[in-house]
Amino acid sequence: MSAPLAISTQGMSRTFGGLVAVDQVDLAISAGSIYGFLGPNGCGKSTSIRMLTGLLRPSAGEIKVLGENLMGNEDKIRRRIGYMTQKFSLYENLTVLENLAFVARIYGFSWRKRQQRLAELLQLYDLVGREKQLAGSMSGGQKQRLALAAATLHYPELLFLDEPTSAVDPENRREFWERLFDLCDQGTTILVSTHYMDEAERCHGLAILERGVKRADGSPQQLMQQMAAQVFEIAGQDLRSLKQALIKLPEVLSAAQIGSRLRVLVTNSVSEPLAWLQAKVEEARGAGVQIETQIEMVRPNLEDVFVTCTGQGRHGDVA
Amino acid sequence: MLLRIFAVVVKELRQLSRDRMTFGMIVMIPLVQLMLFGYAINTDARHLPAGVVNLSASAYAPRLVNAVQASQVVDFKRNYANVMEAEAALTRGEVKAVLYIPPDFAERLLRFPNQGQAELPISAQPLARPVAQWLVDGSDTVVAATIKSLRQMPLNEVLDRPVSATVASLEVVQYFNPEQRSVVNIVPGLLGVILTMTMVMFTSAAIVREREQGNMEFLITTPIRPIELMLGKILPYVVVGLVQVSIILGAGHVLFDVPFRGGLDSMALASMLFICASLTLGLVISTIAKTQLQSMQLTIFVLLPSILLSGFMFPYEAMPVAAQWIAEALPATHFMRMSRAIVLRDAQVMELSFDALWLLGFTLVGLVVASLRFAKRLD
Ligand SMILES: Nc1ncnc2c1ncn2[C@@H]1O[C@H](COP(=O)(O)OP(=O)(O)OP(=O)(O)O)[C@@H](O)[C@H]1O
Ligand SMILES: [Mg+2]
Repeated sequence: MSAPLAISTQGMSRTFGGLVAVDQVDLAISAGSIYGFLGPNGCGKSTSIRMLTGLLRPSAGEIKVLGENLMGNEDKIRRRIGYMTQKFSLYENLTVLENLAFVARIYGFSWRKRQQRLAELLQLYDLVGREKQLAGSMSGGQKQRLALAAATLHYPELLFLDEPTSAVDPENRREFWERLFDLCDQGTTILVSTHYMDEAERCHGLAILERGVKRADGSPQQLMQQMAAQVFEIAGQDLRSLKQALIKLPEVLSAAQIGSRLRVLVTNSVSEPLAWLQAKVEEARGAGVQIETQIEMVRPNLEDVFVTCTGQGRHGDVA
Repeated sequence: MLLRIFAVVVKELRQLSRDRMTFGMIVMIPLVQLMLFGYAINTDARHLPAGVVNLSASAYAPRLVNAVQASQVVDFKRNYANVMEAEAALTRGEVKAVLYIPPDFAERLLRFPNQGQAELPISAQPLARPVAQWLVDGSDTVVAATIKSLRQMPLNEVLDRPVSATVASLEVVQYFNPEQRSVVNIVPGLLGVILTMTMVMFTSAAIVREREQGNMEFLITTPIRPIELMLGKILPYVVVGLVQVSIILGAGHVLFDVPFRGGLDSMALASMLFICASLTLGLVISTIAKTQLQSMQLTIFVLLPSILLSGFMFPYEAMPVAAQWIAEALPATHFMRMSRAIVLRDAQVMELSFDALWLLGFTLVGLVVASLRFAKRLD
C-alpha cells in the first residue's frame, strides 16, 4: 500500500508470567484507515492496544507508531494519539462538562479554545442538555459518546478504541460507526477492537486474533475470498442428528444450525466439495431412508472466515 | 504545566465536594477526637483523697503538707495518728495515699541539702535519706504514677524557698501548666495525630483509587507529568489540613482554655510544613500500594508509631534509643515538638528551624520519590 504506516510492529509479544497474551504479532496499519482487531474474550486485544499506546512494555518486538519508535518517545507520541478504554475511565463523580474541561486543561487548551471545543463536542456527540449530569449516572451509550468526545478532544491523529460498543444497542452502534467514518474522513487513523462480526465487516483492514496469535490479516473482502473453506447450506428435516454426524468428519470445519438450515464449512482440501458433501449426507442418513435434503453452495461471510481461522465452531460444537 | 496542575486541583476539589461523607469527616474527625482526648481520656489524676501521718514537731512539716496540697494532685482529708491507722484507711479505700512524715523529719531535712547543692535530686545524694514517705494505694497504676511524679516537687519547694534564683526557675515551669493538666499538652499533640491520620489517608488512596476505578488507564495516556499529578493531588488537601488545624486550635481554645502563646503565623507555617510532609508520605504509600485496602493498612502502619512514638503518648526522652530513632523518622515527632513549643512556650518557627527544615526536606524528597515511583505505565 502506498499510504504511510500509522502503526507497524514486528514480533510484538507480551507474556504475563507463563501466559503468552500476545504472540509475535506483526502489524502494518496504513494511515487514514479504520483497522479492526477481531477476536474472542481474552485473545489479547486489550493487551495489544495497551502496548501500542505505551501503557505496557512489550516482552519482545519492535513497535513504531506515527513514524517513530514507541520506546523512548511515549510522551511525544501520546500527544498525538487518543485512547478510549474498554472500561469507562472518566470520573463518574464529575459531570459531563467537568470531565471534558478536565481533559481540555490537561491538553493545555486556553480558556477560549476550551469553550469553543467543548461546545463543538457536546453538539457533535449529542450531549447538549446533559452538561450537568454526573457521568456515573449516564446510560451505556451516553457514557460511550462522552468517552469518545474525551478521546478525540485534542484532535488526535491516531485513535485507539477498545471494544467501544460493547454496552451499546444496535441503533446506537450504527450511529457510532457513522461518527467513526466522519473522523476517518478527516484523516484520523482508527484502530478498533471488537467481537462483533458486523462491526469488523465495516473496517478497511482486519486482524483476527486468537489466543494472542494473529490468524488472518486483510480487508474483509480479501479474507472472505481467500478463505480456506467452502460454505454450504443444507435445508431439510432432522438437521440435529445430521449435524452430529457431519461434525465428526475431519474435512468439516464447522456445522452450525441457523434457523431451518445447517451451515457447513468444508475445507478446500476436498476437490469436489459439493459432490463429497452430498455423498456424506446420504451416508449419514443411512441406506433406504428417504428424507428430502437440499444442498447449495453459498457466499462466505466474515463469521465463516473467523470460524475457519480459529477453529472455534468445531471446538464449540463438539463440546 | 501550571494549567495541568490546576486541572487536577479543580478536579480533586470537585470530587471532594461531591463526597459528603469525606467532607463531613474533615470537620467531624478533629472535633470528635478532641472531645475524646480532652474529656474522656484523662491521663492525670487530680484531687486524690489523701491523708497525713505527722510524727514530726518541726515547723517545716506543715509547709511540706501545704506545698503538696498546692499542687492540687491530692486533697488532704484526714490526719492519722500512726502508720497502722493510715494503712487501715488505705485498705478501706478511704484515701488513695498517705504522706508519712517521720519523727526525724527535721534532721533529715537538714542533712539533705549538701552545702548549697540543694538542686541535686535525691538520688544523687548518697548520704541523704528521703525526708518523708508516701504510702500509696498501688492498685490503681495511674494513682501510683501520679504520686510518684510528685515525689520531688514539694520537697524542692520546701527546701529552696530561701534560694531566690531556684524558686524563680520553678515558677517558670509551673507557669505553662501549673495544674499539670495534660489536656493543654494533648491538644497541640492531637493536632499532629489527627493531621497524620486524615492527611496520609487522603493521599494514600489518591493514586490507588484512580488505578482501581480504571481512571488511570486514560490519565496516563494524556501528556500529564507525574510531578504535576502529584502536586495537583496535594494542593487541595493543604487547604483541608489548614481548616482542620483551625478547628482543633479554635475548639481547644474555647473548650479547654488551651493558650495561644506563639504567633498564629508560626503555627500556620509549622502546620503547613507538616501537612505537606504528611500528604507526600501518603502519596508515596499510594504509589506502593496496589489496592485501597493495602493503602489503608499502610496508613495505619504509619499512624500507630505516630501516636505512640512521636511524644504524643509517652515523653520522647523516656523512650529507648531505638524508638527515638524511629520517632525521628516520623514527621509527626517533629511537628509535635514544634506545635507544643509554639502553642505552650511562645516559640517562633525560626527557633525551631531544625524541625522545620526536616519537614521541608521530607516533603521534597517524598515528592521526588513518589514521582519517580509513578511510572506512566500499567505494568
Ligand atoms: N495484567 C495482567 N496480568 C496477567 N494476565 C493478564 C493481564 N492482562 C491480561 N492478561 C491475560 O492476557 C490475556 C489477554 O487479555 P486481554 O485483556 O488482552 O484480552 P481481550 O482480548 O481484551 O479480552 P476481552 O474481549 O475480554 O476484553 C488474558 O488471558 C488475560 O487473562
Ligand atoms: Mg479487552
